[in-house]
Amino acid sequence: MKLKYFSAPYLVWMIVFILVPLLMIAYFAFTTDGGDFTIRNVSDVGQYANIFVRSIWLSLIATAICLVIAYPVAFILSRMDKHKQGTMLMIVMLPMWMNFLLRTYAWMTLLGNNGIINNMLGAVGLGPVRMINTSGAVVLGMVYNYLPFMILPLYSVMVKIDKSLLEAASDLGCSSASTLFRVVVPLTMPGITSGITMVFVPAISTFIISRMLGGGSNLLIGDLIEMQFLGNAYNPHLGAAISLVLMVIILVIMTVMNQFDPDDQVLI
Amino acid sequence: MENIISLKNIIVEFEDGDRILKNISLDIKDKEFVTFLGPSGCGKTTTLRIIAGFLEPTSGDVLFDGHRINGVPPHKRNVNTVFQRYALFPHLNVYENIAFGLRVKNVPEKEILSRVGEMLELVNLKGFEKRSIHRLSGGQQQRVAIARALVNRPKVLLLDEPLGALDLKLRKEMQIELRRIQQELELTFVYVTHDQEEALTMSDSIVVMNSGSIQQIGTPTDIYNEPINAFVADFIGESNIINGSMPEDCVVEFAGRCFECVDKGFTPGKTVDVVIRPEDVKVIPAEKAKLTGIVESVVFKGVHYEMIVDGVDHKWIIHSTKAEPAGSMIGMAFDPYDIHIMNKTSEVEE
Repeated sequence: MKLKYFSAPYLVWMIVFILVPLLMIAYFAFTTDGGDFTIRNVSDVGQYANIFVRSIWLSLIATAICLVIAYPVAFILSRMDKHKQGTMLMIVMLPMWMNFLLRTYAWMTLLGNNGIINNMLGAVGLGPVRMINTSGAVVLGMVYNYLPFMILPLYSVMVKIDKSLLEAASDLGCSSASTLFRVVVPLTMPGITSGITMVFVPAISTFIISRMLGGGSNLLIGDLIEMQFLGNAYNPHLGAAISLVLMVIILVIMTVMNQFDPDDQVLI
Repeated sequence: MENIISLKNIIVEFEDGDRILKNISLDIKDKEFVTFLGPSGCGKTTTLRIIAGFLEPTSGDVLFDGHRINGVPPHKRNVNTVFQRYALFPHLNVYENIAFGLRVKNVPEKEILSRVGEMLELVNLKGFEKRSIHRLSGGQQQRVAIARALVNRPKVLLLDEPLGALDLKLRKEMQIELRRIQQELELTFVYVTHDQEEALTMSDSIVVMNSGSIQQIGTPTDIYNEPINAFVADFIGESNIINGSMPEDCVVEFAGRCFECVDKGFTPGKTVDVVIRPEDVKVIPAEKAKLTGIVESVVFKGVHYEMIVDGVDHKWIIHSTKAEPAGSMIGMAFDPYDIHIMNKTSEVEE
């Protein structure tokens, strides 16, 4: 019974670094500089609707691309010999050992107007193609950085699927494609939802990727929030309100997502 | 009866050169209950997987109804499998598990309803339609697996040690039930097991396998009474296997004595296996016997006593309804037709 006291450090941590800051954000969002109550900040967020839409849109695209790339990779990985799986998993994780900023900088030099790719295209008489400072570059940055977060949860669910289930499906008349849709996808639903969460949430709130690869023209919510706290537009009350709205949006989207994840499901 | 499945010179070799199946040829007759019997690793499951289509033989032909089906994928073969650990779909309930094969084939909903209903009745699971498969006992899961395979009306049902995970009592019940289903539906069952009793109870014919080759094919009675070599004799029931030789037809010499037997045609003087079932050893007073031994232990087995008797260079297993006290000297005698003479296994193989 005394065991629960061991969770005290985490409880203190949660209160000091998660609960209190959340309350502070709520407080800032609903007050003026003088400390009076107002809903002005929250209603002002509406002005930035286009940035919200762009953020949601770009991170949805990035999440979808991640899912399409990661699903077959995770499946092939999960069906490999046990000892090969370890090596391949390490290769998937390898980019994550490098600093996030460094990885994104690398893309800047690759995609730049005088970057490596354009130089190579120029050598064969093509280009230059404008790649940096486009929304495409932002999506690319998101996919590149968050892909492992999609592969890992999918993989961890897929390794638990017994090979005999796939054989049973094919025995009962399924081609490879119908085995995929009738057995593999339903059984990997928990992995799909947690993969989407782990890619979509950081993608929608990123500001580094859009700053470095999107130029000034592809502001995302993250950039907007950062500007309110650290930039020229200094207005922590508005920043807090934007953060609050973003949180609500993510919460709504995640609730919808979880409808697809039947929790009574137990994998064998 | 015609052959529904024929295997011709099947060889399976793994990349590292391991031969799993060494030239297997076999005919399975329509509407027959055939059992592949052997110790683990003998290749019985591999043979089953070749028929199901999960594995392609390195060489040899698989014929189904007279047509060669090598290379035909499992979903296009008219056979269904009951898997060792059932392999039921955890995301579907009992009804949907059974209906799976019909849904894949786009059978109309009304027909699915009636066919699944029929199956639930056949395996005594009416009223379990909505159950999640996690809330079924092992025996019930087994029934769902059988129903899921049979609902597709395959010509041949393949069963890979389907009763292995059940307790003894349930296993006996399911053995009878499987046999009933097979006879009721007039289907061909190919059954894999390492349990010799199961094989003897259920089968029309038994294929005894060991280390990748077929040892003997025959009816349960044939296999039990006329085992072709010491391996089969030992695997099907317990046996006393003694080295001996045959100085002439109908006479066998072992343990330093000559005994009358009914076998003929062995090379005189060549070493042979002499096989005698424990229940065929008759206990007689020591002074009247050619062969004597000292009782080492007596264990009560229910129907009979099992005695271990230390004879001349062989420990005899004897099953008898009367026990002799441990330490006493007894005599042993055999009827001529209870002595089975076999060539040494090593000469049969390869």
